[in-house]
Amino acid sequence: MMRRLYIFLLITGCLFLWEPNLLQAEVTEQLIEQDKCVSCHLEMELLPEDFQKYDIHLQIGLSCAGCHGGDPTTDDPELSMSPAKGFIGKPALKDIPKFCGKCHSDIGIMRVYQPRIATDQVTQYYTSVHGIKLKKGDTKVAECVSCHTAHAIPSGKDGRSTVYPLNIPEMCNKCHGQADYMSEYNIPTDQYEKYAQSVHGINLLEHKDLGAPVCNDCHGNHGATPPGIESVSHVCGGCHINNLEHFKESPMATPYVELEIHACEQCHGYHEVLATNDEMVGVGEESVCTECHASGDAGYKAAEQIYGSLKMFVSVYDSAEEKLKEVQRKGMDDVDILFYLQEANQILIHTRNLTHTFIPEKVAEKTREGVEKSRQAITLAGTEISDYYFRRRGFGIASLFITVLVIALFFRIRSMDKEKTEKE
Amino acid sequence: MIKNIGQKMYKWADDRYDLSPILKYVSEKNVPVHNHTVWYYMGGVTLFLFITQVVTGILLLFYYRPGADSAYESMRFILTEVNFGWLIRSIHSWSANLMVFFVFVHMFSTFFTRSYKNPRELTWLTGFALLALSLGFGFSGYLLPWNELAFFATKVGTDIVGAIPVIGKPLMVVLRGGEDVTGATLTRFYAFHVAMLPAIFTVLLFVHVLFVQKQGMSEPDENNKSKKTMPFFPDFFLRDALLWLIVLNILLFLSVFYPWDLGFKADPFSPAPAGIAPEWYFMFMFQTLKMIPAHVFTIEGEILGIMFFMVAGLAWALVPFWEFKSKRKGFSNPMNIIGIVSIAFIIIMTIIGYTS
Repeated sequence: MMRRLYIFLLITGCLFLWEPNLLQAEVTEQLIEQDKCVSCHLEMELLPEDFQKYDIHLQIGLSCAGCHGGDPTTDDPELSMSPAKGFIGKPALKDIPKFCGKCHSDIGIMRVYQPRIATDQVTQYYTSVHGIKLKKGDTKVAECVSCHTAHAIPSGKDGRSTVYPLNIPEMCNKCHGQADYMSEYNIPTDQYEKYAQSVHGINLLEHKDLGAPVCNDCHGNHGATPPGIESVSHVCGGCHINNLEHFKESPMATPYVELEIHACEQCHGYHEVLATNDEMVGVGEESVCTECHASGDAGYKAAEQIYGSLKMFVSVYDSAEEKLKEVQRKGMDDVDILFYLQEANQILIHTRNLTHTFIPEKVAEKTREGVEKSRQAITLAGTEISDYYFRRRGFGIASLFITVLVIALFFRIRSMDKEKTEKE
Repeated sequence: MIKNIGQKMYKWADDRYDLSPILKYVSEKNVPVHNHTVWYYMGGVTLFLFITQVVTGILLLFYYRPGADSAYESMRFILTEVNFGWLIRSIHSWSANLMVFFVFVHMFSTFFTRSYKNPRELTWLTGFALLALSLGFGFSGYLLPWNELAFFATKVGTDIVGAIPVIGKPLMVVLRGGEDVTGATLTRFYAFHVAMLPAIFTVLLFVHVLFVQKQGMSEPDENNKSKKTMPFFPDFFLRDALLWLIVLNILLFLSVFYPWDLGFKADPFSPAPAGIAPEWYFMFMFQTLKMIPAHVFTIEGEILGIMFFMVAGLAWALVPFWEFKSKRKGFSNPMNIIGIVSIAFIIIMTIIGYTS
């Protein structure tokens, strides 16, 4: 019995030790103890300010010498930090991309840690505005450390990482939000404020939706650069695929390029992309169409027609939703109505996408489908609601009939009793 | 015209089968009249509700399909697609609950009026068996819609059966059709609900009513002096009909304004949802079992509770053979005290069950 218990404990203990995080923590502690660079600098309190034990390099056993060179086996500073032992020391700012790229650009080294890891960061970086300027000797621009930190780099999936999606807007804003720092580049510094109020920013920062786009989703990671006129629609179309496809087929696509108008941005803005609504279409006060089109021109007419179709559909759809609520309030069967409304809702989304074709007939055609589905839902809801009243009326009639019978019986019994008493 | 046809039909049948003894019996049958006559109607109401159960149950059978993959779907079909399906199902459910209620009322009225006494011991026993069968109807019917609450309530209910010493485990396996509540349990409960129980119930009901007709209505001791009666037909019959109509009206009102829910389909792999509760008439037992400590001395609490209910049930069934005879009235009569304590226990435990 005891033997079995020992075997069980031994196996459980082994499994416990094999738990990856625990194992890594063990390695890190051992490394800190055995590595002379870390142990001496720790003792002399000369570790870099941002030094963190959770740094991914340290976690996998890569200590100071892994990046800075030198000999970590001796505590003699003359030997451990001797150039003969490959000691580089602190790299100059302009050399940082190459410094990190020593490993990160070498798939032979990196595939050990992640077989599918990207190794083109440095190449991409030098195509970015940051990289180009750094090459020219501008050391104010961002290099690897500016975004990733030097000694506190956890995995990008770790919430503590500066490049974790929720942290990215603030990370970029550290430089891009400082008017003084950015003054010589002549670019706006209110991107963060605009982004925070945008539909993307609200979803990320308020609703913590990691699916919402952050700076690098539109500007690129290491190849960060502002999207050009032709690429704006591709940037947005990366997620808003249907809208891009419809726009590309639209009669507006070519003129936009010719007139050097930024496709999506023209109507939706860029950092301040607000949640869309149907009033953006048409010729009303909130319309974006009237910014370019005036009464009488073809675009103005098309806007009016598209808006008309869309509004008509939305109004029928809203009525169907109201009817559904009434059915639910009355406790009647809503399943089939929900199916119709789901279909209508899909069509409504598609119709709104189709506004990007700027072709009234296409929108009207889809609208008809949606109106049909919504009307089917309304008809079904109507049947359920009338059934509700039918049930009550039916009960009323049945109950009345029964009550009349009850009263008649009651009087019959009473008269029988009376007759009997009189006889007695 | 109709009267003529009726008379002709009666004559036709009378010529062939001689209906005069039945007519004589009905015309001479009398019902005692006293302060407690009202309780005589409770058995009749129960009978009416049973007939409602049979009729609506047969109608539900037209569309209900037993099986883990079809029961819930067919119930949904009955509720949404079948004409008046929602009404039939709701009447069936409400009528079942009202029937159990009136069975209890009928039983306690019989108990307090001492109607079980010699020579009516077998009427009491058959009545007790009918009560047990009614509870069996309720338990087996609860699972048939195969919804979440019913599934887990059946799991808990059959678990309790499994805790009965010695015979519990095999009984549980027989009830479930295996170790767990599965589709096999559903088809088994279906067989109990629509074939086995109705067959036994109908036979016992026939015997029960036959005993009552043979021996006549029992009268409380204090009524022996007056001997006031009323003819069964038409006086008692019309009063019975009056009450049946009122109950029918209530039944329709409940079914239309408070239709029975279908709930969500049972998913054996999902965790038990909150608020799993048995039908209200099992609540007092369920709550008692919950409140008994895990261990009382060396006996497991649950087993002790089950044993208590088994002994109490057996004692209740055998009341005519052991009752404390006493001429006293009200609270000084030991049998009255037993009855009141039993009712108070059931009510209090049920309330605690629903409020805790």
